[in-house]
Amino acid sequence: MPIRIQTADFDVSAELAQLRMENPKVGAIVSFVGTVRDLNDGHSISQMELEHYPGMTEKALETIITQAQTRWDIADALVIHRVGPLLPLDQIVLVAVTSAHRGEAFKACEYIIDYLKTEAPLWKKEQTPEGAHWVDARDSDDTALTKWQL
Amino acid sequence: MKIQCRFFASVREALNETDETLELPATVHTVGDVRNYLRERGGVWEEVLGEGRALRMAYNQVMTTPDTPITADCEVAFFPPVTGG
Repeated sequence: MPIRIQTADFDVSAELAQLRMENPKVGAIVSFVGTVRDLNDGHSISQMELEHYPGMTEKALETIITQAQTRWDIADALVIHRVGPLLPLDQIVLVAVTSAHRGEAFKACEYIIDYLKTEAPLWKKEQTPEGAHWVDARDSDDTALTKWQL
Repeated sequence: MKIQCRFFASVREALNETDETLELPATVHTVGDVRNYLRERGGVWEEVLGEGRALRMAYNQVMTTPDTPITADCEVAFFPPVTGG
């Protein structure tokens, strides 16, 4: 389960190729890429700064992936999250899951990004024409978790 | 008891503090007690760590609740609800 927190951008194709490399049991790869919008809650965004809690972020992501692995029969999972200054159109996060069949990979990928958004210690600060402000957590992110309480 | 305390994002910015080693009195037993101990400094500390503020806390880098006991040399962190992804 590769987990990386980095300032550098990532190449989705290369990451997916690496994740499924030499594993002929993999029949499905599902990936999610989060990107920076230029508009959020009516504010135009010129830049975004991502802060995290080094050490805890990696631990939290490891726990989330382990939980996904216990719930679904997946081969592997990858999370890359960028930190530092980002611009609109930039990639922020990649979640990718491999499995024998697509159903497990789709569910596990959505589960991982849903939990990342409420459990992994990462914070966004947006730069707008009115000044910089920290992004508030969304109730919809908590609501997204309720579908996993099986 | 001595512990390491860390602050992140809007909490860090408002307190103008990233981390601090605390020498705690014997009356401080839990993560919630640490929060209250810091609040007693008043001013911005009471404002940022006060009741009703959406605050998350971690004990040794795992998200936790106020009733978690602290241990010598542990790491306690305070930060706002997370917004990554």
